[in-house]
Amino acid sequence: MRYKVYVDVTARFDKEGNVVPEHIIWEDGRRFEIDRVLDVRPAASLKAGGCGIRYTCRISGKETFLFLEGNRWFVEAKKV
Amino acid sequence: MNRVILHVDLNNFYASVECLHRPELRDKPVVVGGNPALRHGIVLAKNYLAKSFGIKTGEVIWQARKKCPDLIALPPDYSLYLRFARLAREIYLNYTDQIEPFGIDEAWLDVTKSINLYGTGKEIADQIRARIKFELGITASVGVSYNKIFAKLGSDLKKPDATTVITPENFREVVWPLPASDLLYVGRSTERKLARYMIRTIGDIATTSRDFLHFILGKWGDVLWSFANGEDDSPVAIFGEEGFIKSIGNSTTTPRDLVNNEDVKLVLYVLAESVAARMREHGFRCRTVQIHVRDTDLAVFERQAKTARPTNLSSEIALLAMKLFTDNYHWEKPLRSIGVRGTDLVTEGKAIQVSLFMDEEKRKRHEDLEKTVDILRKRFGHFSIQRGMMLGDRRLTDLNPKDDHVIHPVGFFGPK
Repeated sequence: MRYKVYVDVTARFDKEGNVVPEHIIWEDGRRFEIDRVLDVRPAASLKAGGCGIRYTCRISGKETFLFLEGNRWFVEAKKV
Repeated sequence: MNRVILHVDLNNFYASVECLHRPELRDKPVVVGGNPALRHGIVLAKNYLAKSFGIKTGEVIWQARKKCPDLIALPPDYSLYLRFARLAREIYLNYTDQIEPFGIDEAWLDVTKSINLYGTGKEIADQIRARIKFELGITASVGVSYNKIFAKLGSDLKKPDATTVITPENFREVVWPLPASDLLYVGRSTERKLARYMIRTIGDIATTSRDFLHFILGKWGDVLWSFANGEDDSPVAIFGEEGFIKSIGNSTTTPRDLVNNEDVKLVLYVLAESVAARMREHGFRCRTVQIHVRDTDLAVFERQAKTARPTNLSSEIALLAMKLFTDNYHWEKPLRSIGVRGTDLVTEGKAIQVSLFMDEEKRKRHEDLEKTVDILRKRFGHFSIQRGMMLGDRRLTDLNPKDDHVIHPVGFFGPK
């Protein structure tokens, strides 16, 4: 089961007008660097509940989805 | 060459969007309805689980609860639905610029010129469905046909998430057995009239002589006959064209039933003020005023009349609306909702023929007065200044239609 967590993101706006997320800052203040953005496309998140632009990000070797919903970012967090 | 027209219907739109955002509700019966405390408590949309309990759109929420005690009723979040409608439209725009919305959750697309790029109508329909599912997380059913009427019928035939193709070859088998009431513009009263002549299916309409339909229904008879025979040739509007403002209106479901002319007058004034203020905001005057009345059985009628001259004064609009109402309604039933609309718009800058028989100076003063009210409301809030009559019943007048705005589908032929 996953749930929706809005997160702070630092992003770079490049010359072409693309938005490239660089860091995700977790609720508890931990900062995760995004190694690489592998894919960008509009998509829905059925797991977390929402839709937007989906960035497939590699963060310390693991792939994860980061969604830009309007002007907020969210991730599909694991329920612990 | 035949046109290729799609009609896309986002399934259970409000309920689907809500369920997408709340995964924990997906396996529960859910309806979206207005605020029951304000009595906007009817079911606007339901998910399939709620439907399986026999809950119908338009039903009052407490009735729905009787059928299904565990029902979850959510208040509508229009800004969210508008966002999804816009995202859907962005998908449609990849295939054509001829997109004509019909309400918030339906649209016609003319993809005739795109079939060389993206494949047949069915293939385009399937692509659109797949993208809506993947990108928006909701489903759509699509009708594909050579005219708008059959495309719309098609989208209703298989739900959810399905494509139905209606061709000049198969429409007799697919469309004709359907009940007449499935056809656009066959409402309850037309259905009753037709039934008197044993015209019960769309096929019956199609095979009845056109002259006879004209005889019983007037010019609508001709229209329905051509609809039923697939001869509708109305174009799909070009995207953006429908964006030109053709009318400005507001309606409301009142917190309690309206039972007499006094009640109606209060609400009409509230609505007329909003309509007039919005017209001034956009720099329009209207030449026709329409009212829309719905009684407690949800039966609806509309009436319209020309204004003496183009106007955006709330007092003139309200007076005319009130006259239309008293001339046409005789209180067989209490009313549930009412609306006012100004159509036949002209721009404010356009010269106006002044009249010898009207007090022009007084009218000018009236205009200045209403503009001043606009300014006061902008600075100090909507309720900072009001007509004294609004104190007659605060429950009825405690609304601000201008800023709490809701979108309703316009008719197939567009506002006249």
